[in-house]
Amino acid sequence: MSSASSPSPVPLDLPFVRHTLANGLDVIVHEDRHVPIVAVNVWYHVGSKDERPGRTGFAHLFEHLMFEGSAHYDRGYFPPLQQAGALVNGSTNTDRTNYWEVVPTSALDRALWMESDRMGYLLPALTRARFQTQQAVVLNERRQNYENRPYGLVTMALAEALFPPGHPYSWTTIGSADDIRAMQLDEVQEFFRTYYHPANASLVLAGDIGAAEGIALAERYFGDLPPGPVPQPVTADASFQDERRLYLEDRVELPRIYMAWHTPAIYTGGDAEADVLAGLLAGSKASRLYRALVYEQRVALDVSAFQNSRELGSFFLLAATAAPGRLLADLAAAVDLEVARLAAEGPSPGELARVTAQVEAQFVYRLQTNGGFGGKADQLNAYNVFTGDPAFFAADFARFQAVTASSIRMAASTCLAPDARMLLSVVPRDRAALALDGSERVTPS
Amino acid sequence: MTTVDRSRLPDVGSDPAFAFPQMRRHRLSAGLDLRTIEHRSLPVLALALQVADGSGSDPAGREGLAALTADMLDEGVGDLSALDVAEALERIGAEYHVDVDADATTIAMVTLTRHASRGAELLAGSVLRPSLREEDFSRVRQLRLDRLRQVRDQPAAMAERGLLHLLYGTHPYGHLPIGATGSLRALTSADVAAFHAAAYRPDRATLVMVGDLEHDAMRDIAEAAFGGWTPGRGREAARSPVETVTAAPGPSLAIVPREGAAQSFLRIGQLGPPRRTPDYEALLMMNAVLGGQFVSRMNLKLREEKGYTYGARTGFDWHRQASTFSVETHVDTAATVDAVLDALAELTDIRGARPVTEDELAVAKASLTRGLPRSFETAPQVARIASHLVLYDLPDTHFEDLSARVRGMRAEEVSQVAAAHLHPDRFSTLIVGDPAVGARLAQTLGLGEPVVLSPEV
Repeated sequence: MSSASSPSPVPLDLPFVRHTLANGLDVIVHEDRHVPIVAVNVWYHVGSKDERPGRTGFAHLFEHLMFEGSAHYDRGYFPPLQQAGALVNGSTNTDRTNYWEVVPTSALDRALWMESDRMGYLLPALTRARFQTQQAVVLNERRQNYENRPYGLVTMALAEALFPPGHPYSWTTIGSADDIRAMQLDEVQEFFRTYYHPANASLVLAGDIGAAEGIALAERYFGDLPPGPVPQPVTADASFQDERRLYLEDRVELPRIYMAWHTPAIYTGGDAEADVLAGLLAGSKASRLYRALVYEQRVALDVSAFQNSRELGSFFLLAATAAPGRLLADLAAAVDLEVARLAAEGPSPGELARVTAQVEAQFVYRLQTNGGFGGKADQLNAYNVFTGDPAFFAADFARFQAVTASSIRMAASTCLAPDARMLLSVVPRDRAALALDGSERVTPS
Repeated sequence: MTTVDRSRLPDVGSDPAFAFPQMRRHRLSAGLDLRTIEHRSLPVLALALQVADGSGSDPAGREGLAALTADMLDEGVGDLSALDVAEALERIGAEYHVDVDADATTIAMVTLTRHASRGAELLAGSVLRPSLREEDFSRVRQLRLDRLRQVRDQPAAMAERGLLHLLYGTHPYGHLPIGATGSLRALTSADVAAFHAAAYRPDRATLVMVGDLEHDAMRDIAEAAFGGWTPGRGREAARSPVETVTAAPGPSLAIVPREGAAQSFLRIGQLGPPRRTPDYEALLMMNAVLGGQFVSRMNLKLREEKGYTYGARTGFDWHRQASTFSVETHVDTAATVDAVLDALAELTDIRGARPVTEDELAVAKASLTRGLPRSFETAPQVARIASHLVLYDLPDTHFEDLSARVRGMRAEEVSQVAAAHLHPDRFSTLIVGDPAVGARLAQTLGLGEPVVLSPEV
């Protein structure tokens, strides 16, 4: 319909200016004057991968402490920013910790003052009472998002099953409840000194601000903070030599099967193909697994697939919930058949064209917001921290454009091998018989 | 390098100028009301087709009909199968999303501007010519029955279902849009066809288009796609609920048992005024102070002071008729009774014992005025906001009016609406949690045995 008149590709661009301060802080400015707001986004290159066994969950607990106030404004991080009309948040994952605020242009100075104060002067404001309260808050976050949520403990089971003991991904970012309880206030000091300083951080300003002005402001507020030593990169490997079968009992009505494979690390060869595979298999109603499992055979209620791209190595996770009375073995067999077909035949030209159209649209949609999780500021920081190049946006798009039927076929056969994966059955309590045959029970908590 | 003065926070400058997007109204030949907004930042087009019937229009005993009908729209269009429709959407990189609430059904699409005509055509196809085939109907109904079963896994969904029942009783607002097992089983494809004919009519619908196109270009695209829309053979327009809501008796305590739960999911709620109440802005201010943002009484007390929860919030669920106002939070099982007492104290004290302070007023004003421009960043955001104006028949100057009204508001006005609209003697308290906690709570609150709501849905 549309192709006759206007096949012109969308100009995809995420322009910026980068400047590194003398203390090592990367400052990246992206100008977008459509709305009078500025997105302030700070990444620290530290996540749960940098923790040690016995102190899992530390990076995330620390993130909470960053919102409790700093030396020169010690009455909480939120009030002066909410008074300026800002939206404020942060998050921690295995690889990094991010903090952001979206402020009216008129409040940019205040936001930078606050961000720089906690980067330089967090510790004097940190009291034992605040530390203990946030321990309790995080334990409740853990109950809410994992322990008391259906299929929530799968995250814990996956981390332990996918990675060998001691691997930095073998524990979850939220951490174990015992470790969270065991943390001591004095351990916070060392963590702050090691990871929270300009040389381990990257600042993006995106929105109603020019490059020169943005860099001058960053220099003004962050320029006199002392750098620390750049932390040693963490490395680790993980792979499967065979198929592991596990099961987990949970407070759920319907059994669900999870399949997980190790896949190439973020932005490395094969990562984009794995992303595309997820879409081909389960990205929509037109996907292969939705069609087979939900639409035609009706053995499953839902199916999803996801390339979980990470720094030290990714994993591909597929999940399908059994329709009432259906066996997980039937779901697994149907999945295996479709994955094998894709590995043998590759996608059709029509499928590939649909993938290309969706990838292009998604890259455009990603440019709609300056701030928040996944907005332009967050993307620029992801590229800068993980590849060293904020301009990687174009290369990121190019690697998806370079995907071919044969590269997808190759990825399906090498990444999604049936004999090198983990199968996790989640079954209702006391219904172990509903798990796949030969599964070993796991009891994460 | 100048040294930063860290002895005081930088002041916030005067608010930057911001013009709310201008909406243009059109009437298409089919009688359809069209609103267009030019949004020039990216080659993106957002469309939202809203019909004035949602789950509140479900007939008694047919709860779930509006949502099932909406779900059927893309399950086959004309000669296209459900999979054909999904493929067609993928070919233009479109996102398609249906939302059913008590008052309306909204079918939203986002696509690239160069696929604007095709996107509008696909949207129109779903709305005007869904196939509504029997085999698709039974498949989709079964999927919704299965999802309903999964509601039992989710404390928040169980609580929402319970609270609607406690507050609205048998009023059409008193059920989840997905309905109940019995009502879904009773539905037929003929019910869906009848509901579609009655509710999906050009004289009861509004189309919003927001994107990188001129107003007239959007109108032409809409005219081409929706021009042939004629009212179906529905005997009459679907009935928006007209029954008066009677205030729930109270106070009451109810529990949905979840033995051994690590947390209690807590709701404390009451009925509130309709969306078009003249107190709307003051109530938004009250909510911001009480629990509508991080820096609010409820969150600071339950999370930052006590550590009982990961977060606590309050909010209105606005409706054409009586809305709800409620607290929601997941709290540590051991702290449940104390958390309920603290929450009730906050709800009560703002009515007089601890009136709104000037500091609280300033933060609430800032979030409602200074924070507003960021809600207009993307075309889909703007389309959602425009649909909201349509749904409640609000003037095009709504955001200018709201900002002016909020800026001029005094702390006493906020305390006064709290006293007028919050009714501690009628709060319904509901927990999804361990039964032993429910018993302790009943004893503490002196409300007698808690009502036990069955987890059966």
